[in-house]
Amino acid sequence: MRNELFDVIEGGSLREEPLKFAIGDTVDVHCRIQEGNKERIQIFSGVVIARRGTGISESFTVRRIVAGEGVERIFPLHTPKIAKLEVKRHARVRRAKLYYLRDRVGKATRLTERRPKKGEAET
Amino acid sequence: MHNLVLATKVGMTQIFDEDGVVQPVTVLQVGPCSVELVRTADRDGYDAVQMSIARGGKVVGRKESRINPAEKEYAPGDTVGAHFVEAGGKIDVIGTSKGRGTSGVMKRHNFAGQRASHGVKKVHRHPGSTGMSADPARVIKGTKMAGRYGNSQVTVRNLRVVKFDPESGALAVRGAVPGPNGGLVVVRKSVEP
Repeated sequence: MRNELFDVIEGGSLREEPLKFAIGDTVDVHCRIQEGNKERIQIFSGVVIARRGTGISESFTVRRIVAGEGVERIFPLHTPKIAKLEVKRHARVRRAKLYYLRDRVGKATRLTERRPKKGEAET
Repeated sequence: MHNLVLATKVGMTQIFDEDGVVQPVTVLQVGPCSVELVRTADRDGYDAVQMSIARGGKVVGRKESRINPAEKEYAPGDTVGAHFVEAGGKIDVIGTSKGRGTSGVMKRHNFAGQRASHGVKKVHRHPGSTGMSADPARVIKGTKMAGRYGNSQVTVRNLRVVKFDPESGALAVRGAVPGPNGGLVVVRKSVEP
């Protein structure tokens, strides 16, 4: 049984609008970057290969290829550093964790595109 | 004024601070603490207030806090709060660590143990030598050995208060606090300035 005091403490840290995306989606993550006193937005785009955890500790992993090298970034779902998340493309996937993409290079990393399911945001 | 209150440990979670950095926090439920007894210098030789904390209608802990009777009047039945706790401030938390039973020296005293190979036989987690030779021909008192570990009082000083809601008694401190979830702890005003 979860103690209601967790809600008192975590309140304010949780994201009000849930981020909508699915495993296999190609997404643009708009991250807030602090540079001195200036804040700017940096976009990290890639494929969502995993989503884990519950509640405030939920996180997701985005994988992309940079200069021939695979780069994965793990984002806490509720971090205020994510300004926006755009879903660029949906894919047909059959597992919850796409770790098999790590062993693939080039053409083999492509995922079949699929039309969004009912209730999912049209992109 | 009293400088400590009783609380129970709820568990750990994480929250984001203003910079968006994750802070690991322990959630404590502070109070409600009620005054059981007021000790006076005349009768008891010292001035203190004895408070109790109840969970589910049952008193689960009592603790005395020294007071200066000139500052504030206490009477049995009063509710005492954590007036010294504020977000960003420092507190000490005193609890009873989880009991680990009979433990070896590696767990209990962080000994390094012995090698996994190179002729070591069946003594990989043993302490090795416990002393010298014919002189002094005994083991020095206080030598660290295996034995009961845990279930002892542990004080963690200078924990930073991340969040405090006096209404519900929810208190979040950065880092870990001794004892199991649901365990009784004492929240004390930090002794270091």
